[in-house]
Amino acid sequence: MLRFDGVHKSLGGDEIIRGVDLAIEAGRTTVLIGPSGCGKSTLLRMLLRLLTPDAGRVLFDGEPITERTMRAVRLRTGYVIQDGGLFPHLTARANAALMARHLGWDRDRIAARLDELLSLTAFPRDGLDRYPVQLSGGQRQRVALMRALMLDPDVLLLDEPLAALDPMIRFDLQRDLRAIFRELGKTTVLVTHDLGEAAWFGDRIVLLRDGRIVQSGSIRDLTEQPAEPFVRRFVTAQRSHAVDAATGSEE
Amino acid sequence: MSLASLAICAALAAGPAAGDGPPIVVGSKAFTESVILGEIVTQLAASRGAEAHHRREIGGTRILFSALELGEIDVYPEYTGTIAREILSGENLTSNDEIRAALARRGIMMTAPLGFNNTYVIGVRPGTADELGLVAISDLRGHPELRFGFTNEFMNRGDGWPSLRRRYGLPQTDVGGLDHDLALRALANGSIDATDLYSTDADIAHYGFRLLTDDLEHFRRYDAVLLYRQELLRRAPEVVEALADLGGTIDGPRMIELNRRVKIEQQTEAAVAAAFLGVRAPAQETFVQRQTRLLGEHLYLVVVSLVLAIAVAVPLGIVAARRPRAGQVILAVVGIIFTIPALALLVLLMPVPWPREPGRPDILGIGRETAIAALFLYSLLPIVRNTHAGLKSIDLATRESAAALGLSAWSTLIRIEMPLAARTILAGIKTAAVINVGFATLAAFIRAGGYGQPILTGLRLNRLDLILEGAVPAAILAVLTQVLFELAERAVVPRGLRLQLPG
Ligand SMILES: Nc1ncnc2c1ncn2[C@@H]1O[C@H](COP(=O)(O)OP(=O)(O)O)[C@@H](O)[C@H]1O
Ligand SMILES: [Mg+2]
Repeated sequence: MLRFDGVHKSLGGDEIIRGVDLAIEAGRTTVLIGPSGCGKSTLLRMLLRLLTPDAGRVLFDGEPITERTMRAVRLRTGYVIQDGGLFPHLTARANAALMARHLGWDRDRIAARLDELLSLTAFPRDGLDRYPVQLSGGQRQRVALMRALMLDPDVLLLDEPLAALDPMIRFDLQRDLRAIFRELGKTTVLVTHDLGEAAWFGDRIVLLRDGRIVQSGSIRDLTEQPAEPFVRRFVTAQRSHAVDAATGSEE
Repeated sequence: MSLASLAICAALAAGPAAGDGPPIVVGSKAFTESVILGEIVTQLAASRGAEAHHRREIGGTRILFSALELGEIDVYPEYTGTIAREILSGENLTSNDEIRAALARRGIMMTAPLGFNNTYVIGVRPGTADELGLVAISDLRGHPELRFGFTNEFMNRGDGWPSLRRRYGLPQTDVGGLDHDLALRALANGSIDATDLYSTDADIAHYGFRLLTDDLEHFRRYDAVLLYRQELLRRAPEVVEALADLGGTIDGPRMIELNRRVKIEQQTEAAVAAAFLGVRAPAQETFVQRQTRLLGEHLYLVVVSLVLAIAVAVPLGIVAARRPRAGQVILAVVGIIFTIPALALLVLLMPVPWPREPGRPDILGIGRETAIAALFLYSLLPIVRNTHAGLKSIDLATRESAAALGLSAWSTLIRIEMPLAARTILAGIKTAAVINVGFATLAAFIRAGGYGQPILTGLRLNRLDLILEGAVPAAILAVLTQVLFELAERAVVPRGLRLQLPG
């Protein structure tokens, strides 16, 4: 469904993506993981042509994404970022329905679609007329998800959608999100830097470091057959952190 | 021709001699004597059957002479010394004949002197003059203890105090600069013993000051004359003839008296001019009529210039936000325009080409269009800057979210970025509007009307009531503008953004 073909990208004079080949299967959830600054968000941006590769190709449904096909790709892709990226001057409803209105959907069709999304995302109906600033962080992410799903896209891209949330809210949303991904069966790419979250969501986990893919496979592959010492270090660091958190000991 | 026969001519010759053709436009400078002379010329032309308008109190020498050369006005009163020293200063002219010839090369004619020499004179109290036997300036040499207070301009002029002192070898050391009106009062109450005056100053008669003769002829002659466009000879020969007849009819004491009636007795210039010519004075506006007219004129200047500025500055601000290189140039240019002093900007704008009705030169010239152009130019900076800043302050996440949805750059601008920048843009427009309400008072310098006109007249006549008649409504208008924009903010700034404000 989505593919990176020998992609390189430099930003501000530094090479951020240093040769990435990656095929993302349709209908499954692929998780990009890696230390902060390794280039995860940059890869997602190239899938939307918010950035263009310096070398190599980025393909959507077998076709390279060009200036000409960009809009169609964007309309078929939902995008959720860390703090939601909601438009502060629009209500939750207007945020979610923005593109549908822009494309000229009629009122009834928009209302019907919003109803579906409300139940899917478990967002309270009375929150629809609130502005982003009047919503909690978790509610904002649910609205962002509604907005991303409004046009029923084929692809869903989520860039650390839960990173800014409190642990309890985050836990609820993790549960809800996975159920949604399973129910919809869309091609989903989720970025996280948390291995536990990656394992929870990912059919396939892609570990990145300094703009290159280090290893890609299931969580079991990563833990049991690390391709490099870095993978072991990364897994161990995250696990001990999780254990510390579980036993309540101080770091 | 004597004054009496002149008046008879004026009264009799009211036939429709030159009904067709464009009206004759008379200009005058922003001081009483010039306005009275302008009014005399206007009423005289009207009495000869010409249609004549008086554009009174237009800025200063440079503006008026340019207006005359450009054909914006047809005639205005000037002084030979000013022509030689300011207007044609490069040509080193001394005699009136030389001046006349130099002007003729520019298509400008000069009448014979009207009869008075408005130059600098040194005034003293009659008591001092009698006690010390002062008649001429050279008599001051023997009295080093006298205290002099000169206007600041006179302290610095080429023919002012430093050269006067050298020329006459004056020994006085207690010499200071001060404001003209303060100097008059200081001389009257004895705080100083001598000051510089204009020889036709109404205050000379009012305070009874004695004038010392310029026995070494230090001060140049400033003979009052009328300057008019050569083409007037063809267009309105009967008016030119009447102007020529004015020559020699106004001597020094007579001009002092005319000035006194306006400045001290507070008669209108029109009434004083009518009395001089022996014709009936034109009708006068009531207070309410005047206030309504001034408000209309002022609002017209502010609203038109602001609407034009919004239409131009907002797109410029958008371009500046989109293209950093172009943005730097745009911001620099509007910033530089903003620093041009208002009067300089008005002079720069006068020769700008502008379509006009037949009979008028195709330039901006003097009047409201020029004032609107100046206000428009000043309004650009706050609006461009705030549009640019408002758009630049939108974070990357918001812009990327809009793009990722599939919105075009244009839709993103209209639906997302402009609403988010609305508060900042509106603040820029508000700044421009408030500045315009204030700057529009300067429009009076080029006869564009508005509240500046009574202020200018009031300053000229030293009449607080007239100053307040312009200043108070202008201040109220500025406050109302603020209030209006605060109300507009509720309508324009999206609710989701207003909620974000603390408190
Ligand atoms: N516009 C930019 N200009 C310069 N450097 C950038 C830009 N955007 C991102 N970077 C840099 O690229 C690197 C990778 O960024 P990103 O893809 O956001 O990392 P991640 O999402 O994995 O944390 C970081 O070091 C970041 O500082
Ligand atoms: Mg990132």
